[in-house]
Amino acid sequence: MTKPSSTRGPSKSNVEGLFPRFLRATEIDARLLGMIAALVLIWVGFHYYGKIVNGYGAFLTPRNLWNLSVQTASIAVMATGMVLVIVTRHIDLSVGSILGFTAMSMAIIQVWILPDLIGLGHPMIWVIAVVCGLVIGALIGALHGYLIAYLGIPAFIVTLGGLLVWRGAAFLLARGETISPVDATFSKLGGGPYGAVGATTSWIIGIVACVAVLLMLWQGRRQRKRFDFPLRPLWAEGFLATVGCGLIIGFVVLVNSYPWPKGIVKKYAAANNIDTPINEIFISHGFAIPVLILIGVGIIMTILTTRTRFGRYVFAIGGNPDAAELSGINTRWVTLKVFALMGTLCALGAVISSARLGSATNNLGTLDELYVIAAVVIGGTSFSGGIGTIYGAILGALVMQALQTGMILIGFDAAIQQMVVGAVLVAAVWIDTLYRRRSGV
Amino acid sequence: MTGTTPLVEMKNIELAFGGIKAVDDVTVDLFAGEVVGLLGHNGAGKSTLIKILSGAYQADAGEIYVNGELATIRNPRDAHSYNIETIYQTLALADNLDAAANLFLGREIVTRFGMVDDDAMEAETRKIMGRLNPNFVKFSSPVSALSGGQRQSVAITRAVYFNARILIMDEPTAALGPQETEMVAELIKQLKSEGIGIFLISHDIHDVMGLCDRVSVMKNGRLVGTQNVDDVTDDEILAMIILGKNPERN
Repeated sequence: MTKPSSTRGPSKSNVEGLFPRFLRATEIDARLLGMIAALVLIWVGFHYYGKIVNGYGAFLTPRNLWNLSVQTASIAVMATGMVLVIVTRHIDLSVGSILGFTAMSMAIIQVWILPDLIGLGHPMIWVIAVVCGLVIGALIGALHGYLIAYLGIPAFIVTLGGLLVWRGAAFLLARGETISPVDATFSKLGGGPYGAVGATTSWIIGIVACVAVLLMLWQGRRQRKRFDFPLRPLWAEGFLATVGCGLIIGFVVLVNSYPWPKGIVKKYAAANNIDTPINEIFISHGFAIPVLILIGVGIIMTILTTRTRFGRYVFAIGGNPDAAELSGINTRWVTLKVFALMGTLCALGAVISSARLGSATNNLGTLDELYVIAAVVIGGTSFSGGIGTIYGAILGALVMQALQTGMILIGFDAAIQQMVVGAVLVAAVWIDTLYRRRSGV
Repeated sequence: MTGTTPLVEMKNIELAFGGIKAVDDVTVDLFAGEVVGLLGHNGAGKSTLIKILSGAYQADAGEIYVNGELATIRNPRDAHSYNIETIYQTLALADNLDAAANLFLGREIVTRFGMVDDDAMEAETRKIMGRLNPNFVKFSSPVSALSGGQRQSVAITRAVYFNARILIMDEPTAALGPQETEMVAELIKQLKSEGIGIFLISHDIHDVMGLCDRVSVMKNGRLVGTQNVDDVTDDEILAMIILGKNPERN
């Protein structure tokens, strides 16, 4: 069979520029590079703005970056789920309210119910509370998914209703009270000096991660050899390995160079009978637990979207719902599962937020839906469906949080902060649209 | 025609949307190694009839027999289990996925750990594509970046790879240029010689006269009649399509 093909000949690669060739060899997404560049620009910009205008650059300090990573965690965890929702051409406006409701449920379980049943301070309290919260989140999400997939109510309407219903339900649960203090172990899940793993564990995690990166590169290369696919040039593999491990080690060094505050060290020294003067004790924070949760979620969600049938079907539905249905995919069931997953991740976001706050308040998570959606969209997920990445959403959340933190540090008004975040969101989508039009995807 | 048991027999099929009978008491059959053309105006009910066979719709009444045995086809998965494969008019490809992901959509190859094995699927795709369309090289692009003919070869490859016994082609050449149409015609002949039964839905009467053994003509949801292509002229078939009139035999 002969057929003309319109593919570009291989001869074109000879005249290709250095940068495109670099991108192709390393298989790095140009959009990923753009986002990282934007992030670096924001970070450096805020730092030097502070240095020049206020005489002190507060942004590029271990303390601020460590806090930034913790503040990003809750939104970023939910954003990974929102990627799948938007990829399937739906939307979830209820995530902030689900967060509020599950946070309130978990607080009630650990403060009002469990101490009476198994005793105050029982080591299982936080486990039971978290599991219950995740199940409640999953059930709420599944209910939304059922209404959307099986009863055919538009996701916008279902979750708009959910936004009101679950916020109201959270109020009813505790009659508007703020519930605190949460269980001591539970509160570690929100970060803070006690909610970080320390220097040694951070190094272990970093080294394991570096080994994992090298293994993945090696495994990928072996797999390509097995099927006779074109291999990445060795210099590109070396570059990826160096950059990957470099970033990981850099992150470890960063979190380890942020010491515990003096007050906490004093308490710690007194409790452990340490005689060294307080000023000479340097105890590293290390990775914050919520950041580790985020990294874990990011890895699991990436595997889920790129390496499982479920993930493949989510993207197929987003690309062409009819084709997915005709290929024998149970699209309704997949949709329901996407929303159940979103609900579960909202509950995980609730764990991080309420643990960080040490209590559950009635308005916890208000407006989170907008930040989550903004993070996902800045991260390159397309509202027309079928396109989006988990790492993009996490980076998007980081960009949003960096903007807000940066503006607080240099003393911008709350009103201006809102305006800037809104404008950046629109601009980011505009740039993305231009990029897509030019690259034809 | 080979054998006495039809590969597929759709008997007295009915399906109504609202008050309108899209398919009304239609009976068609298909033997192994045979191409049966389904003809009719837009809205005659051809695509609806065929979607019942492929599992996209469920009939209100009537039976489907595969190899003489009553078959229950409630969804596309059921149809696949009877080796019924469909190439849709709209191509039914997920534009954002690459050729291999589309080829295996709904039937992915998985590793021991239940993970989607993209490399194995791409290797299989390269293998079968090398047979059907050796010019195809864009294995890592999403199919939205492919030409009409390339997209069509992905759709056809999908049907062939999974050992279709019964192939439904809904306007397979509608979006194609002359050379690509020729390629599809060649492929139909090749598949036919392998003993696959093909339902071919088409507007193009020359297509049909050239490729089909029999034609079934539909009008307003009803079957006008089924004729051997050798026994009728183009004009007689046109009369069936337009007037709903069977040719008179002396």
